[in-house]
Amino acid sequence: MAEQVQDTARGGGNRPALALHVPEPRYRPGDAVDFSHVRVSRAGEQARPDERCPASETHGLCTDLIRVLGEDDRAHGPWDPKLDADTLRTMLGHMALTRAFDERMFRGQRQGKTSFYMKCTGEEATSVSAAMALAGDDMVFPSYRQQGILISRGYPLVEMINQIYSNKGDALKGRQLPIMYSSKAHSFFTISGNLATQTPQAVGWAMASASKGDSRIAATWVGEGSTAEGDFHAACTFAAVYNAPVILNVVNNQWAISSFSGFAGGERATFAARAIGYGLAGLRVDGNDALAVYAAERWAADRARANAGPTLIEFFSYRAEGHSTSDDPAGYRSAHEREEWPLGDPIARLRDHLIALGEWDEDRQAAMDRSCAETVRAATKEAERNGILGHGLHQPFETMFEDVYETMPWHLAEQCAQSLREREVKFPEGLHGR
Amino acid sequence: MTAPAKGADASAERRLNMIEAINEALDIMLARDPDVMIFGEDVGYFGGVFRATAGLQAKYGKTRVFDTPISECGIIAAAIGMGAYGLRPVAEIQFADYIYPGLDQIVSEAARIRYRSAGEYTAPLTVRSPFGGGIFGGQTHSQSPEAMFTHVAGLKTVIPSTPHDAKGLLIAAIEDNDPVIFFEPKRIYNGPFSGFYDRPVEPWKRHPDSVVPEGHYRIPLGEARRVSEGEAMTVLAYGTMVHVVDAVAREKGIDIDLLDLRTLVPLDIEAIARSVERTGRCMVVHEATRTSGFGAELAALVQERMFYHLEAPVMRVTGFDTPYPHSLEWAYFPGPVRIGEAMDRLLQD
Repeated sequence: MAEQVQDTARGGGNRPALALHVPEPRYRPGDAVDFSHVRVSRAGEQARPDERCPASETHGLCTDLIRVLGEDDRAHGPWDPKLDADTLRTMLGHMALTRAFDERMFRGQRQGKTSFYMKCTGEEATSVSAAMALAGDDMVFPSYRQQGILISRGYPLVEMINQIYSNKGDALKGRQLPIMYSSKAHSFFTISGNLATQTPQAVGWAMASASKGDSRIAATWVGEGSTAEGDFHAACTFAAVYNAPVILNVVNNQWAISSFSGFAGGERATFAARAIGYGLAGLRVDGNDALAVYAAERWAADRARANAGPTLIEFFSYRAEGHSTSDDPAGYRSAHEREEWPLGDPIARLRDHLIALGEWDEDRQAAMDRSCAETVRAATKEAERNGILGHGLHQPFETMFEDVYETMPWHLAEQCAQSLREREVKFPEGLHGR
Repeated sequence: MTAPAKGADASAERRLNMIEAINEALDIMLARDPDVMIFGEDVGYFGGVFRATAGLQAKYGKTRVFDTPISECGIIAAAIGMGAYGLRPVAEIQFADYIYPGLDQIVSEAARIRYRSAGEYTAPLTVRSPFGGGIFGGQTHSQSPEAMFTHVAGLKTVIPSTPHDAKGLLIAAIEDNDPVIFFEPKRIYNGPFSGFYDRPVEPWKRHPDSVVPEGHYRIPLGEARRVSEGEAMTVLAYGTMVHVVDAVAREKGIDIDLLDLRTLVPLDIEAIARSVERTGRCMVVHEATRTSGFGAELAALVQERMFYHLEAPVMRVTGFDTPYPHSLEWAYFPGPVRIGEAMDRLLQD
């Protein structure tokens, strides 16, 4: 009897033994990298259905890769958004400024001016070009790597740096981890830091907009890793159920800290293909092709605005740097991945396109890069006048207790008084000069 | 303790049960404020499993009162997004036991949006949910998870115990600009339960607090209600337990000072202090499990602030630290025996 029980537990009989699959990325530190398995479709060869088509007509695009910029640096095919040269230069400028900003802020963190920073190097198009395809008052619910949206919408760099330094000028009163911006004036929702929570919130905002007969839509960004969260499933379900005017952007940058996209299901299906099961329109897009990103986001925005429904877009890209200042990618992936990445760099590709059009040249590019660096340097200097991160002393202690509720209840008022007493003990001569 | 004056006119004689009072509050807010939206599982056409939203979709249309997917995470998140847009969403979670899939959206998001955005964005949502046991709901339809929410900075937690208060508190909760968790004691939806489960059910219509004024009124959040005035001891309770405690005290002939807290956060500490300083004895009663329950917070506050007025240790009477059992529901429930014995002990000390 006992033996029988044991047999059952083991699987028993002649049945084969099961094996657990734990995904493993192809390359680890030191490995040579070969990306020939990544299917890169030819630019211009993907069909572009009408924005109001049934969702199912897009489903072939969920396993393809929408690309506009070809190897010849020219724009090809039906997805070419046919932007004028000024718009392309503006796009290039926003992306270059975003990269220059990232460089400087990363350095600032290393110099001890703040606790934390996250770059978006290599992914600039997924926020800049996407933001430019939206109306300025369309509501965005970003994740933490979409600084390009704020830069595209003209949010002052000084404000961003004040927030990163948690200094006296920080509009968020030093409460949030660096880069967790918020700007209602720029229709930019407060960044959480908890992953994918913003995705179903964006759907709720879009439902509200639709219920009010508004014309504004919502767009949200999430990393491929975070699509594993239940919130993402809730978002897709609600978006489909209520035909919400929302764009669900999934930035597939291949890595979630040290876990490759396989841990979010990327070994089995594309992330765009998740749209199929929910009945959402789905597009899979070369995320390093600024024109393809713009075209796809614009397609989805026009679709949403026409009450034709939500779209899930996968931007296929590559996180060229570490997750944040807190990790060293040399510890978990091959350094050759970045140089071998088959979709190139979004800024270089757009620059080369403008040069091929005769609308740009190396000298102007160099001047732009210098100008971006100078703009960021000047903004940094200005922000530093408000101080750098320093032991929470930039904000009066009582601000810690404000905004927990609209009006402060007695228990917080008591705790606030306690904190002020502690301040007297810690700084008997006052905070002056600190 | 401000409840609007009752009996001021003829309409004061109108008697409602708690479901009707809640339905009326929702109806009034839908009519007054075009930004109020009501949604949840089965709340639309059907009107909710407890009928709290009955008739509202037919009256206001299905873009304002509607059903949702079975996804508490999605329900709360959508409410947050709607709040960010500028609406005033009222979400129903069908049973408090089902709220956990939405917990991250409540705790990490709704509760902190005002704070983390320095007031740029708010989450003015109300989450209504039937809670508590006594209806043979087993472990998934009986829980009292209020302490999980009182522990979270940025949330308000409200629990009515009468039709009159349910209406005024719900209106106040909906009009509040902070996220409010509004737990409805489902055992007393239809009548004030005495705890003597083998006796016939009392309907609300014989209870004075079933007189519900017509129209809009608000009971401010953070104000307790004195249910009975007495000298023997202070009893702090909320929801179903208010009625059970009241019945037990009457049965035993003990003149207790009974406070129905109504709002757990923010708490009416002044009302508690006034009472305890006078009686010198304090008992805390809740249906939820004991360890780290809200009773622990109450006992700590009373001890910290009123110690020198106390003539006996603060006593807690609660549910047991087990999941809510089905067949042994009444063995779990902090009923007349447990409360009565505790009252005797507290008076002997």
